[in-house]
Amino acid sequence: MAKIISKINPRSPEFIENAAHMQVQVDDLKAKLAEIKLGGGERSRERHLSRGKLLPRDRVYALLDPGSAFLELSQLAAYEVYDDNVPAAGIITGIGRVGGQECIIVANDATVKGGTYFPLTVKKHLRAQTIAQENNLPCIYLVDSGGANLPNQDDVFPDKEHFGRIFFNQANMSAQSIPQIAVVMGSCTAGGAYVPAMADESIIVKEQGTIFLAGPPLVKAATGEVVSAEDLGGADVHCRTSGVADHMAQNDHHALEIARSAIGNLNRVKPVQMAIKEVAEPAYATDEVYGIVPKDSRQPFDVREIIARVVDGSEFDEFKALYGTTLVCGFAHIYGYPVGIVANNGILFGESAQKGAHFIELCAQRKIPLVFLQNITGFMVGQQYEAGGIAKHGAKMVTAVATAQVPKFTILIGGSFGAGNYGMCGRAYDPRFLFMWPNSRISVMGGEQAAGVLAQVKRDQKEKRGEQWSAQEEADFKQPIIDDYEHQGHPYYASARLWDDGVIDPADTRQVLGLAISASLNKPIKETKFGLFRM
Amino acid sequence: MFTKILIANRGEIACRVIKTARKMGILTVAVYSDADADSLHVNMADEAIHIGGSPSRESYLLSEKVIEAAKRTGAQAIHPGYGFLSENADFCRMCAAEGITFIGPPVAAIEAMGSKSAAKNIMEAANVPLVPGYHGDDQSEAVIKKAADDMGYPVLLKATAGGGGKGMRQVWSEDEFSEGFAAAKREAKSSFGDDTMLVEKYLTQPRHVEIQVFCDNHQNAVYLFERDCSVQRRHQKVIEEAPAFSMSEELRAKMGESAIKSAQAIGYQGAGTVEFLLDIDGSFYFMEMNTRLQVEHPVTELITGQDLVEWQLRVAAGEVLPKAQDELKINGHAFEARIYAEDPNNDFLPATGTLDFLQPPVESEFVRVDTGVRQGDEVSVFYDPMIAKLIVWDENREKALQRMAKALSEYRISGVTTNIDFLYNLATSAPFVNADIDTGFIEKNQALIFHENEQALAGELPMAALYLVLSQAQKAQTIAAKTNDPFSPWNMTNAWRLNEANIHHITLAHNGTEYPIVVEQKRQGSGSYYLITVDGQTVDCQGRIENDTLYASIDGYRSHATIAQNNNQISLYHQKGVFNFTHVLPDCGDNTGDDKHGGLVAPMNGTMVSVLVKAGDSVKADQPLMIMEAMKMEHTIRAPSNGVVDAIYYNNGDMVDGGAELIAFTPEDA
Repeated sequence: MAKIISKINPRSPEFIENAAHMQVQVDDLKAKLAEIKLGGGERSRERHLSRGKLLPRDRVYALLDPGSAFLELSQLAAYEVYDDNVPAAGIITGIGRVGGQECIIVANDATVKGGTYFPLTVKKHLRAQTIAQENNLPCIYLVDSGGANLPNQDDVFPDKEHFGRIFFNQANMSAQSIPQIAVVMGSCTAGGAYVPAMADESIIVKEQGTIFLAGPPLVKAATGEVVSAEDLGGADVHCRTSGVADHMAQNDHHALEIARSAIGNLNRVKPVQMAIKEVAEPAYATDEVYGIVPKDSRQPFDVREIIARVVDGSEFDEFKALYGTTLVCGFAHIYGYPVGIVANNGILFGESAQKGAHFIELCAQRKIPLVFLQNITGFMVGQQYEAGGIAKHGAKMVTAVATAQVPKFTILIGGSFGAGNYGMCGRAYDPRFLFMWPNSRISVMGGEQAAGVLAQVKRDQKEKRGEQWSAQEEADFKQPIIDDYEHQGHPYYASARLWDDGVIDPADTRQVLGLAISASLNKPIKETKFGLFRM
Repeated sequence: MFTKILIANRGEIACRVIKTARKMGILTVAVYSDADADSLHVNMADEAIHIGGSPSRESYLLSEKVIEAAKRTGAQAIHPGYGFLSENADFCRMCAAEGITFIGPPVAAIEAMGSKSAAKNIMEAANVPLVPGYHGDDQSEAVIKKAADDMGYPVLLKATAGGGGKGMRQVWSEDEFSEGFAAAKREAKSSFGDDTMLVEKYLTQPRHVEIQVFCDNHQNAVYLFERDCSVQRRHQKVIEEAPAFSMSEELRAKMGESAIKSAQAIGYQGAGTVEFLLDIDGSFYFMEMNTRLQVEHPVTELITGQDLVEWQLRVAAGEVLPKAQDELKINGHAFEARIYAEDPNNDFLPATGTLDFLQPPVESEFVRVDTGVRQGDEVSVFYDPMIAKLIVWDENREKALQRMAKALSEYRISGVTTNIDFLYNLATSAPFVNADIDTGFIEKNQALIFHENEQALAGELPMAALYLVLSQAQKAQTIAAKTNDPFSPWNMTNAWRLNEANIHHITLAHNGTEYPIVVEQKRQGSGSYYLITVDGQTVDCQGRIENDTLYASIDGYRSHATIAQNNNQISLYHQKGVFNFTHVLPDCGDNTGDDKHGGLVAPMNGTMVSVLVKAGDSVKADQPLMIMEAMKMEHTIRAPSNGVVDAIYYNNGDMVDGGAELIAFTPEDA
């Protein structure tokens, strides 16, 4: 394969300045996440520990096979969304190796609002289940939750993608032979009781876990019966009498050990059917991407420099290198897995879109996973291009992306604006995973452009009415729009609302992609039947 | 020369004798007990005869059975090995009566040396130097105390019939005499049925130096130089070496001559050992003479190039000694370490069990392993729990000691607790390396040998943690290589986290103290390094594992260590000694935790000797309840607290399995 020869000089002032700028953004991300990862406040953590329970993050890490990676999802969920601080939406989700299998782990954080489900908690839980379903990953639920967050019930309970969907998914995944294991490590009240009840196998911790449709206060109110939580739905009741749980654990560690054995007994073999290759680290340091991405997001950069720091041995066989040059397409390997890479190197023209559609067809035909590196301001506009059929060429690419059945992975490395987001496999196009760099921005168009469009409309109205509009007035009009776009297009804003699966350190791109691609291969790759391409 | 001999012994010494006999073209007959039906010595011998039950008093100690076996197989001679019948005059007489050659000294010599006080009288008459002492028949306390007062304290009280440290007491001052005297007599009475005592001057820093002698029945006698056996615990030898360090030629000759004089005083024939105490001033005193082949004879063989068993057979067959004194030379230096099934951390309590895994170091011109067991064999309650003797040779003491340390670090045994680590620590300790040795060596260097000094762990804990992290990665790669997804990043064990440091949390325990360790993994693959934090101290580590060796760089200090891992037990051997760690895994609770009554269990397999309480008795904390005997040692079972004995499950004479509940006990409510 052809090795990318980097033209970057890490000693140049631009590089150093760019790298420093990226470092600030990465540091900010990690500082915010360090706070979020603590979960609830110190008092609630202490109360949790004093009950002899492990903190949710420690539960997850103890569940993993020793040394296993943990590809955490939606770390910024609910960040600055609610009036209350709900770190990580009160739930930890991610992929880790358990009993030798890549599994989805969903762990309630009882130190955050008692582990109750806010609307984004539901969305995060459902997203983890979607990933499990799409990639055929066993699910392990570490349950410790008071159920739906009652003040927010209208956004949690009734709709299709609300609380009930969790159990719908459990049932349907079980039907698809995707194992569902529940570990009850605290409360499992009301709707929550269905998590263990609907699991293939369930484990409950002695004197910690409880499962009941109604807790002691509600029972007393309803029937006058006075009963302790333990007698109502403790481990003894459910393991010896009701049969709601299958295994009784002595403590958290024991429960996690049983969960590991349960996964060990699944009799599953990962169906990796592709020509894998021995892994070679990239020829260039992965953290050099910091210095490649310009400080000024309007400055272009050669995306091949990024590719060289992501793929095995920096080896990249480019397809149609001389045609439609604003889109870079080619074959490479990541952790030994063959991938097709589609990366923006400027605005999309008709040629680039057709080339992209062709390349996606190739990968679908050959069952090669697709990696999209998004840095796109959109499709080219103007009379010449409309006449040249840019809309139908764009449509070809969007059709190819939408219907390709190979696993797709999207990383936002810069801007993601307008229809470019569609052609480059945005969230709506079901990439198996979508991650953002901290410098990236996402919106229907750039803030400047949006403000410009709106200002133009306003000016036209004013001029029609014969009113004056000074440059200062126009600037004052535009600034809040630009600010709004900047705020709403920021990756934290996006990630808080689960428009992605997380914001990542650019230096981790290769690692994250490797883990994600490998996890996706738990599902055999299907044949693709494309939609109609407008010619 | 004989054409067939019987070996009236078992274990390593039986195997040792068979080897030489085979080399000389002599057929061998083994005898065996029930427990030894499939043991190594039986398999090695040309023929074997079953002689009785497992306890040695029902088999190896039964003279008639052994003689009968010799007659049945037509063996012309009996090699008694050591222990069992080797110094039994009656057995020797019986052999003579049946016309079977006893491969050992004449009856008279055995008898003469059988009683310590009688032996001393003979030696005194032969002008062999004796430790000042009283060996008289008048056993009144006043007489013996006067003798002690006259020679000056400290003194040593000994049972004349004694051995193995039983019935021995050091008395440091006149005031302590009465108490010590009574205790020594009591112990002597219970151990030997004879409380006759002798008293000797107690040397404070003596060395135990013994001379190997050989006599034939043609009036020839030679000495094969000395062995230093000073390193002892409870008067049992632990590591022996030959020659003794800082021994002048003059002193060697003087002691050698003296030893020959001792042997000749009793008309000795065959292999014998004269034990002396060597004082710091170079004066030496006769202790006793052992009229048999010693356990530690191999060190002499390695420095002289002679086969002492061959010599024994030749002498017994009436031949002349193979070499004259001036033909014997010392070449190099040899050590022997006795590998025992015992627990040095639990007062050397003998251990039993199955040798699930047994891998001795590879034998060579430098390393010799004398053993009587194979992998899968049982170390039973019935016999001495010695597993093997590890003997090494090299051209000087320093090199030989390095060989010993290496060989010990390569000795792998699991299934049974052994003293290998203790031996390694001892052999690598500075005072041993510097030959700063006397018979009090182990007591004096206790802290050093058992690594009671925690500071020593600052380097070892990170090494052990580094090993765990590296071996985890290695194991994962081995497993991954066998799958259809060998390069998946999920196979890595770098504890990778998104937007967070990659941290391994490891808890290691050493000597009962737990150390939480944080290992932060930096980078991946070949470039990875680790920041390891213990007790707030962080070191920068890199390393790799090749076979069993960890090559580590800790804050730039490069070193290596051999590592043995058995489940979650990790032993790290390096120049400073061996360090044992337990990888503490999360507590998963105890399913059987409801069983809370205070039963007392047998510490090991053994025999109930004495039950001191009855059911229903109220007892005080620490009160002796029962006495068990195992491995020739008594173990007292004591009350853990004040309480009541509810039931007793064993009577005197019963065999008890280790772990069996002995007594139902209810502690008094606090």
